[in-house]
Amino acid sequence: MNMIKGYRRSNGKFGIRNHLLIIPTVICANHVANRIQQAVPKSVAIPHQHGCSQIGDDKERTHKLLGGMGKNPNVGAVLLISLGCEVIDAKVLKQEIEEETGKPVEWLDIQDAGGTINAIKKGTEVAKGLFLELEKVPQVDAPISELIVGVKCGGSDATSGLCSNPALGKTADQLLKQGGTIVMGETTEIIGAEHIVAQKAVSEDVANKLYAYVDKFEKEVERIGADMRGGNPSPGNIEGGLSTIEEKSLGCISKAGTAPLNDVLSFAEEIPGNGYYFMDSPGNDIECVSGMAAAGVHMVCFTTGRGTPTGNPIIPVIKITGNEHTAIKMIDNIDMDTSPVMKGKETTEEAGNRIFETIVKTAQGELTKAEILGHQEFSISRISISL
Amino acid sequence: MGKLVYEQDITSIVMSDHDNVATSLKNVDEGETLLYVINGQKEAVEAKRSIPFGHKIAIKPIQRSATVIKYGEVIGAATMDIEPGEHVHVHNIEGIRGRGDKAEGEQNR
Repeated sequence: MNMIKGYRRSNGKFGIRNHLLIIPTVICANHVANRIQQAVPKSVAIPHQHGCSQIGDDKERTHKLLGGMGKNPNVGAVLLISLGCEVIDAKVLKQEIEEETGKPVEWLDIQDAGGTINAIKKGTEVAKGLFLELEKVPQVDAPISELIVGVKCGGSDATSGLCSNPALGKTADQLLKQGGTIVMGETTEIIGAEHIVAQKAVSEDVANKLYAYVDKFEKEVERIGADMRGGNPSPGNIEGGLSTIEEKSLGCISKAGTAPLNDVLSFAEEIPGNGYYFMDSPGNDIECVSGMAAAGVHMVCFTTGRGTPTGNPIIPVIKITGNEHTAIKMIDNIDMDTSPVMKGKETTEEAGNRIFETIVKTAQGELTKAEILGHQEFSISRISISL
Repeated sequence: MGKLVYEQDITSIVMSDHDNVATSLKNVDEGETLLYVINGQKEAVEAKRSIPFGHKIAIKPIQRSATVIKYGEVIGAATMDIEPGEHVHVHNIEGIRGRGDKAEGEQNR
């Protein structure tokens, strides 16, 4: 049994990182949040463009995403920065994160504080206090069965379907065998392969949920009246040899392995248990990884044919390629190369084992390249208009 | 899911025995012969065009509007007759799914 290292939160959840997270509840609070983050360099901030002029499900989605980032067990303490007049209610967010996780959560309002300079000053003091509290949290061991890993692909090319995704599938099977959890997202990228994903569903109800989400996406494409191609597959996918969304999808789905599909979750919905789950999400790299982080995954394994720098403010993102040229050209960003499989120098299982070892090391504190380089991409997926 | 065959001279891969396309594992020049394995047999196809690494080559004739098969599944339909050895990509096949351009969508009214 592999052990992982991290931090036990008071609600019993286990995190593999110990971040102080500064959350602006609205775009207007970004600057203050960023300046506080700069004053306490070991903290992370998640500036974003939203939080106001939103209604209905769209507003709920933003709320859920910001709250989920705060609840993720890789976060040990939270500082909310609000302006004071936005639609996202910082008071409710604070209460939710506190009640569900027991973490220290502080909240500072710019209008209450009396403008930018006062807010930065007060916020910096509060952030420093939270940071000192976090330093006291002891590092402990936990079984790998507590680990939740998101599987994602982006910047795919033909090698993604031929070797990196099948290898990651072997890794997923291994983690699931040890009692862990796998989350796959990207509803757009199972279009044309949804029947294969649905075949593994534990019940007809779960399969129907999956079909309903795919149908919703496809209906939206029809409503807009555009061809998906060019958007998905992207120009880079097409240059890499992928001709249609169906081809891309069929290459994508092997990364979740062979286990039964426990359930289908809504975007950023908290992962309810162990096993394999599908989460409804766009294929957009940053939106999907952000949604997974908000759902509570500890890390993401990200396969890429063409190469990507993607990271996240609170979860490690391990980058895996199957393209030997990309492994060399994008060495700054790529953690693992599975291209030996293409040359017959390694089996898919062996590559899967290597990825598994990297997951274990990452869950014991080893930094990914995205973490070393400070890649902290974050974005909020919108589903409606701004008012 | 097809298995990669661990032989040095195999230059393209067929993911399932039902497929009518192979994926090239190298940049191929026009007239070059590609080797692949299907139904456990080594087969050859001559490239009618240069084909970039990771792109598809037809290994069976595919008639216009017939389905293109990779991984043993439908990846789209041919927009013209395709002969074995042809480069198979966006110029001669198209997706069947996510085609809002064929629907009565907002942009097409």
